[in-house]
Amino acid sequence: MSENTRKIIIPGEIIVKGEEFLPGDGTEKRGQEIVALRYGLAEESNKLVKVIPLSGVYQPRRGNVVIGQVENINFNGWFLNIGAVDNGFLSLMEVPRYVNKDGLEEVMKIGDSVVVKIWSINKRGIDLSIKSRGLGKIEEGLIIKVNPNKVPRIIGKEGSMIKMIKDETGCNITVGQNGLIWIKGDKIENELYAKKAILFVAEKSFISGLTDEVKKWFESENKGGKK
Amino acid sequence: MVFKREDGRKPEELRKPINAKVGIIPNADGSAMYQSGETIAIAAVYGPKEHHPRNQRNPRKGTLRCNYNMLSFSVTDRIRPGPSRRSTEISKITEWALTPVVMLEKYPNMVIDVHIHMIQADAGTRCAGINAAAMALAHAGIPMKNLVSSVAAGKLDKTVVLDLDKHEEDFEEGEGSTDIPITMTPDGEITHIQLDGKITSKQLKEAIEMAKKASKEIYEIQKKALKEVGEK
Repeated sequence: MSENTRKIIIPGEIIVKGEEFLPGDGTEKRGQEIVALRYGLAEESNKLVKVIPLSGVYQPRRGNVVIGQVENINFNGWFLNIGAVDNGFLSLMEVPRYVNKDGLEEVMKIGDSVVVKIWSINKRGIDLSIKSRGLGKIEEGLIIKVNPNKVPRIIGKEGSMIKMIKDETGCNITVGQNGLIWIKGDKIENELYAKKAILFVAEKSFISGLTDEVKKWFESENKGGKK
Repeated sequence: MVFKREDGRKPEELRKPINAKVGIIPNADGSAMYQSGETIAIAAVYGPKEHHPRNQRNPRKGTLRCNYNMLSFSVTDRIRPGPSRRSTEISKITEWALTPVVMLEKYPNMVIDVHIHMIQADAGTRCAGINAAAMALAHAGIPMKNLVSSVAAGKLDKTVVLDLDKHEEDFEEGEGSTDIPITMTPDGEITHIQLDGKITSKQLKEAIEMAKKASKEIYEIQKKALKEVGEK
């Protein structure tokens, strides 16, 4: 468990030299050298070198929980915009109860937001699933959008950051990997408070020791809020 | 006889100031600004995204679509806004200069849009545009084999010089002026070269060598700008 030194890398830059290293995501081996192919943070662990992206559009991955919006309906499912290049497809089979062929709108209509999981990615598109706990149509609450590359910071190490925000604001928060975040609280004030906290995290995402920083932020906010 | 440049620069000296800034357009997926002397270019990258119209899609690899535009106030005499013969040509040239390094095979059926705007023009606009576009593409997180840097070499009468400004481009004494915009990777691989004027093959080689050195200098500036934005 060595402390990895992360540094910003640009395309074409040599990350490390040596036969023993293996190229991971966003890298390529050119002779003896591991060369970055995209802009981001270089990370090396167990001789595997990879680049963590800092910018760019959302790249869907299998198993990601995302928030999508219904864009189109056909006879056997819904097409969802999940912020990726391809639209996601949610099959009618995913809905556990019986749905009439003409009654798809009654379950989800165009414009509805849904929490879904990416089931598979293939050439034809992205297949989605709602057969799991915490997934399904969003009935009420607040949806905000952040840069998808900042989602890992908002969730924090093993969910530490998001857990703190949840505890402090008393809201239920679902973070979609595509940068859409669903906040649901008892009162609108609490939801707005959570939104403010999340935007603070997104803005300060480059600071190390961010969890402590956010803790301080909550303390100062609470002092001001009570008066 | 030693040729003297009007602004007192040495033959192989670039125009000052050289500025580069990344992340100037919050709405774009990637953006950058590049300034060389009086020439300022801004570039914005959108995508990869769905390619429309559908009949232009390529199922083997993605498409890079560049759009070069000079804003009407970029020169002293207002230029008519909108596409022109010149701007369509430079758009195409920019595309060709960038395509060899961008790994488009990762995005079949998709398109990457690059918009380049000149907010101030004083010769060497295509080079400034390509430099800005390369940084913006990297900033957008698009996989690239390498960055590219672009610089114009040239010849005034019989002397090979670097990075001509508008005044030098209009030079007419002796053999007149020659303009050679060159784009290359930091390893010295040329992705684009143009020639406007007359030059001997011996002097062309000299000009390329000169551009190679200068492009390394520009590469360092691009690298620094990209690293700065991540640390912020």
